Amino acid sequence: MSVDTQAPATAAEQFALRRQSPVQRIQHLLHSHPALSPLLVLLVAVIVFTIINPRFIQPATISIILQQTAVIGALAIGQTLVILTAGIDLAVGATSILAMLLMANLAANNGVPGVLALLIGIAFGTACGFLNGLLVTRLRLPPFIVTLGTLSIFTAIGLLYSKGASVGRNKMPDVLNLMGTRFAIGPFNLTLGVIFVVVLAAVIAFVLSQTAWGRHVYAVGDDIEAARLAGIRVNRVLLSVYTVAGLIYGITAWVQIGRAGTASPNAIVDANLETITAVVIGGTSLFGGRGGIAGTILGALIVYAFNIGLSLAGVNDQLRVLTIGVLIIVAVSIDQWIRKVKA
Amino acid sequence: MTTTPSDFTAHQLSEEEQHTVGLGAPPVLADPANTVLSARGLLKTFGKVIGIDGVDIDLFPGEVLSVIGDNGAGKSTLIKALTGALIPDAGHVYLDGQEVHFKGPQDSRQAGIETVYQTLAVAPALDIAANMYLGRERRRSGPLGTIFRMLDKKGMKEDAGKSMANLGIATVQNMSQAVETLSGGQRQAVAVARAATFATKFVVLDEPTAALGVKETGQVLNLIRQIKEKGMPVILISHNMPNVFEVSDRIHIARLGGCAGVITPKSHTPTEAVAIMTGATTLKKG
Repeated sequence: MSVDTQAPATAAEQFALRRQSPVQRIQHLLHSHPALSPLLVLLVAVIVFTIINPRFIQPATISIILQQTAVIGALAIGQTLVILTAGIDLAVGATSILAMLLMANLAANNGVPGVLALLIGIAFGTACGFLNGLLVTRLRLPPFIVTLGTLSIFTAIGLLYSKGASVGRNKMPDVLNLMGTRFAIGPFNLTLGVIFVVVLAAVIAFVLSQTAWGRHVYAVGDDIEAARLAGIRVNRVLLSVYTVAGLIYGITAWVQIGRAGTASPNAIVDANLETITAVVIGGTSLFGGRGGIAGTILGALIVYAFNIGLSLAGVNDQLRVLTIGVLIIVAVSIDQWIRKVKA
Repeated sequence: MTTTPSDFTAHQLSEEEQHTVGLGAPPVLADPANTVLSARGLLKTFGKVIGIDGVDIDLFPGEVLSVIGDNGAGKSTLIKALTGALIPDAGHVYLDGQEVHFKGPQDSRQAGIETVYQTLAVAPALDIAANMYLGRERRRSGPLGTIFRMLDKKGMKEDAGKSMANLGIATVQNMSQAVETLSGGQRQAVAVARAATFATKFVVLDEPTAALGVKETGQVLNLIRQIKEKGMPVILISHNMPNVFEVSDRIHIARLGGCAGVITPKSHTPTEAVAIMTGATTLKKG
């Protein structure tokens, strides 16, 4: 309790009286730039891993990290949108697999032209997201429960439809394999999928930070009641978020086919946990309203950089898993701290 | 615009009456053509519970009208029925003499009525400017706005700063400051500033000081006076008698779903107001 001996301050003076300790400044800095802490972690990791094993910084290693990050990074973009609204999407991998199996099987076994099969697959992924959104907004069920249910439903449908069989690269038309196209930029060996995901991330990041829709996504996750009272059509925003997420998962199916060279029902089954890991390490709050795409991409890069870096350092597989676990807990602790400390 | 005494003659009490609780004049209804807002016979029930039971209310240009009442007296129901947050079962609402039928809060907002809620309805992680323009963001001019849908962040920031300065919150420098870093009073100042900036008809403040300390309450009362000075009418819902008597022109006393009378700070004392509010005394109907 502080006793104020001065004359009563006006609201104006109150605004000016913002005392900030160095710790609070860091907290504010992290708050206004949520991507800052994952960026620091990544930089430190790169330096440390390079010191331990100089092969880490070689273009070949970096190319592999980028290629590995592409698929989970893309899915994590959709996951970020959902988590920003204080939701969660456990059906992310299941949705993407379903879209992937659909586009691959339509093209390989049903004679549907490649482009059409691709579009149908992406549209189906979008519809899956729309369904999640409908259940969340109309039945008012918690996103965790909705997507836990659709995770099982989509997975089962995918297995029933594909009969558990993969579709190989040579059975699919060129357009479905397009994202696997390799090319070199300087010493780096990249795929079209990597570039595509970078563009996707840039577009979503732009929409989030520069448009009214993006601002509404943050507002809904931040305080849904305040958003509603401010005149935001909250359900419409939520529905659009799940739908756009589904669209991204559908598109990512294309990237995954390119990366894996096959459409397999057993691919990316753990994408839900991996994307949540990337999102959380990237500084986006699981409680909504805070974070962004840049952090998520950094978070996904951190996961794969740690995997390869620790592997190059000769660290045991299980210790790698353990390290990622520690990272998650540290990231969430930082988020909690940012939320608690206030000026 | 300022309060014109003629608007109140209907409610003015005689010298003698002003000192006699129980002899006050009953509310005489104005012609809705002369009011900013009028409601006649508003009724809202929730199953068998009667929220408001045929309430009449008038809001005149440039005045601060307080609505006081005990818990369950129907204050909130009345305000919600006026602003579209609830749809009344019966009765009429007139805005500037024209009958209106609000289907939701969005409707009343579009009609120029801004409401500030007790719950500090601001998004904490968003900055001041973003909160000021939440739900009515401005886009950039030209293709950046029309095609790329880019927000006019700079313009909104500048105008948010001007709005705050207009209300005497002059030293606010940083409109990009997150609202959660502000104190309760400052947050409420943002909410009130937002309402005052965008309202074209009147501002409703629902228990704006309930969550605030003494000093912060003073700041909000100052804001109410500022809004009134600009000619914008205010409806203030409050429990706090000293606050109500400090800023109000007229006081509507809600009781048991109805209206126990309309008094002014000059005609009655806070003690008398409380007595009427709780039913210890009544204003004579006539």
